[in-house]
Amino acid sequence: MKVTVKVNGEQREADVEPRRLLVHLLRDDFGLTATNIGCDTTSCGACTVLVDGESVKSCTMLAASAEGREVTTLEGLAASGEWHPVQDAFRDKHGLQCGFCTPGMVMAAVSLLRENPKPSAEDVRSGLEGNLCRCTGYHNIVAAVLQASSGQAQ
Amino acid sequence: MIPAPFDYVRAATPDDALAALGEHGDEAKLLAGGQSLLPLMKLRLAVPTVVVDLTGIDELSYVRDEGDSLAIGALTRHHDVATNDVVRREVPMLAHVAGLVGDPQVRHRGTVGGSVAHADPSADLPTALLALGASYVVRGQQGKRTVSADDFSTGFLETVLEPDELLVEVQVPKAAAWGYEKFTRRAIDWATVAAATVRRADGSVAVALANMGPTVLRAAAVEQAVASGSGAAEASALADEGTEPGSDVTASADYRRHLARVLTSRALAACLSGDRD
Repeated sequence: MKVTVKVNGEQREADVEPRRLLVHLLRDDFGLTATNIGCDTTSCGACTVLVDGESVKSCTMLAASAEGREVTTLEGLAASGEWHPVQDAFRDKHGLQCGFCTPGMVMAAVSLLRENPKPSAEDVRSGLEGNLCRCTGYHNIVAAVLQASSGQAQ
Repeated sequence: MIPAPFDYVRAATPDDALAALGEHGDEAKLLAGGQSLLPLMKLRLAVPTVVVDLTGIDELSYVRDEGDSLAIGALTRHHDVATNDVVRREVPMLAHVAGLVGDPQVRHRGTVGGSVAHADPSADLPTALLALGASYVVRGQQGKRTVSADDFSTGFLETVLEPDELLVEVQVPKAAAWGYEKFTRRAIDWATVAAATVRRADGSVAVALANMGPTVLRAAAVEQAVASGSGAAEASALADEGTEPGSDVTASADYRRHLARVLTSRALAACLSGDRD
């Protein structure tokens, strides 16, 4: 079946089986490999992307259900060549170690800050409950999201 | 993991969905937010040959104030219930509990109707809706019927829904005094056990439990004890009476019985003191 999706601002089309998952559409059909597949069971959040501006786990959505919607992946955050403030903050605060969870973590954080632009540390921790990091212990990730929300570069 | 192949039908209206169900019946599965169904399909525990995608049916996403109750469209997402001003004001328990389901990503996709129709005994919303005394509006080939939450779930993941019926609306009586206590080992888990308490408009107190049997259930002995004047501590000692909790990797049956008593005690105390409101 034909699926048409606006991905990172660009209209894209693919011919897929109905059982195609959104994450495979993005990675295999469109070549956008920043989005990782981690647990593949709706737990870890590594595959988090934005659909119509809101975080979803792309391993748990059919590509067909994204028809006519707007999808943003990590690649789309810096499409203009400038890093997104959340990306800057993850670098400044070193909110990563191995980096595998980072694309999903950043997308979840962008969605969180859209819904709650001035979160407390507790809000950030509960807002990122759908994303698992096996390295950092979360401390620097929370610090990065708080820095991004404050609008300060350092 | 990739689901087994299926034919895909996109429904734009409830009539489209009913027509597809009329044609394919038992072979078809309705896809709402997909946060329970798709994981089951990826594990091949569910292998429908036809999937009817409901996500484009905008007309079943709404919250309406109908005086003594709220009418909530079956395709209203958990995120929308949790953040809706009318729900937060008139049935604060439901907004609170919708915000406990899964994680933000799951709440951006999952729907109230999907959770109810999936009928998992460890799910938050069916437990809260049972205590609230909700009714479920079901459309079939011949018309509409309304089923009480008490009569809806018939077994593990089983309900009174016929293969050609569609859950279209959840009707929720308003309630101000309530309690909800959920125990999980990790933030995003389904409830190991949860207890929901509500003081209903007629003054009676209803108590519902998650994961204490094959369906969400009422703690009838606790309700009777409260009705005859027992306090939270005394009444909640009866919380596991008549239940048949299972043992699994998260908890033994005995530990679930213990949790039911403790969580009911806390949820009852909050409800009886009215300190939530």
